Amino acid sequence: MALTCATLGMFLVLRRMSLIGDGLSHVSFGAIALGLFFGVYPLYIAVPVVMIGSYFILKITEKAKVYGDASIGIVSAVGISGGVILASLSKGFNVDLFSYLFGNILAISETEVIFSVTLSFLVLSMLYFFYWDLFSATFDEEYAKTTGIHTNFINILLTLLTAVTVVLSIKVVGVMLVSALLILPSVSALQIARGFKQALFLSILFSLLSVFFGIIFSFLFDIPAGATIVMLSVIFFMLTLVYKKLG
Amino acid sequence: MNILSVENLGVRYEQSIALDGVTFSVEQGDFVGIAGPNGAGKTTLIKAIFGLIPSFSGAVSLFGEAQKKFAKWQSIGYLPQKNVSVNPLFPAVVEEVVLLGLISEKSFPKKVTKADKKAVREILEELGIGDLRKKSFTELSGGQYQRVLLARALVQKPELLIFDEPSTALDPQSRDGFFELLLELNQKKGITILFITHDTSYIQRYASKILYLDRKVMYFGTVENFFQKKEFRDSKHQYHIHYSHSND
Repeated sequence: MALTCATLGMFLVLRRMSLIGDGLSHVSFGAIALGLFFGVYPLYIAVPVVMIGSYFILKITEKAKVYGDASIGIVSAVGISGGVILASLSKGFNVDLFSYLFGNILAISETEVIFSVTLSFLVLSMLYFFYWDLFSATFDEEYAKTTGIHTNFINILLTLLTAVTVVLSIKVVGVMLVSALLILPSVSALQIARGFKQALFLSILFSLLSVFFGIIFSFLFDIPAGATIVMLSVIFFMLTLVYKKLG
Repeated sequence: MNILSVENLGVRYEQSIALDGVTFSVEQGDFVGIAGPNGAGKTTLIKAIFGLIPSFSGAVSLFGEAQKKFAKWQSIGYLPQKNVSVNPLFPAVVEEVVLLGLISEKSFPKKVTKADKKAVREILEELGIGDLRKKSFTELSGGQYQRVLLARALVQKPELLIFDEPSTALDPQSRDGFFELLLELNQKKGITILFITHDTSYIQRYASKILYLDRKVMYFGTVENFFQKKEFRDSKHQYHIHYSHSND
């Protein structure tokens, strides 16, 4: 999951799509509420619903001629308000829903581990196979089009992979903090990297270190794992800023 | 051999017409300069040739094939206006940027080989920028930047090169060197070249044909004839002629 967020986040940050993670995490809030409302395992509902949400973000941007951030805001609002309505209709699952807001990696079940590993493998495989198309479309979209790369397909692929990754990350850091996992390791790496491969490597390194030490500190000091992971990511970001300034 | 054919092309932005009834054709080995006033539709024409923007009338064919069916995009090298479309935060090194020129011809899953890296090294050496291979693309000077993008276009071994104001970021000396290089590519390798410029002196010095646009084709033919025609020295086109002399 740390690997997936770090790799995918790099493309999202460079394409100025960072906030799509935030918007889709709000959609996942509504999707989880839907799952709990109908008594279905929430993440099974969240994957397809968030993928549909990501598709709507692209289509609203394209068809309604609004900027991407506005369409993210629209879809995000639908997710949150839908979740709140479902929570109020069914008074019994508010505690469960709350646990998804902030996540808890220490409470993850075996089924969820298998589910996460499978989907992470799928996302990383897609990133591997489409690496150069993603590179080209991110570096210079107009040029990519002139070389015959289907940039619309690349955009759809990127948002769908983001949707899956957001759902996977919910158990770790929760709905409220999931976008931080996509953004922080990437922007930290971009401060000091020379070359795209080095940026990807550093992003993965920061992400893995944040998750690993976040879990350890969480266990040692009895503090929430998700928030600790995010705070460590922020510390890495600040350290890279200092390193860049000194360098 | 016909490389590019544009027939009755019309492009509209919202309610305003950007190009209307544009017709011309480019043959193998031509060196065509595209000039015209601001808003004449020069960049729009290039974008329409690549299918980046829709047209409301007419047709474009590349290498004898309708643009919509055309698939051999690797045979066309493109150098866009400086800083227009390149992501300024992207941390790519020069080698990675030039490798992009080889990606389009690959089939799924696209993989970079040792031969690709060798081709990149060779083209960078040929253009005199071999030492920049591992340098960050965002740290390049204007001249280096243009040469790297030219290397990206050349590494794919194109038959047609299209440039949109290739020399705007260059000082006069680098500009001359850049156009000498284009002339060499045109004459020695037989690459067909199409370039947009505001500075008609470069068309006069290097190109074999000129396409003068003002939403419509005002002139298309040899450079010699263009500069002999009185109508292109009237007030409307004066700026461009003067501009060219001021840079001589």
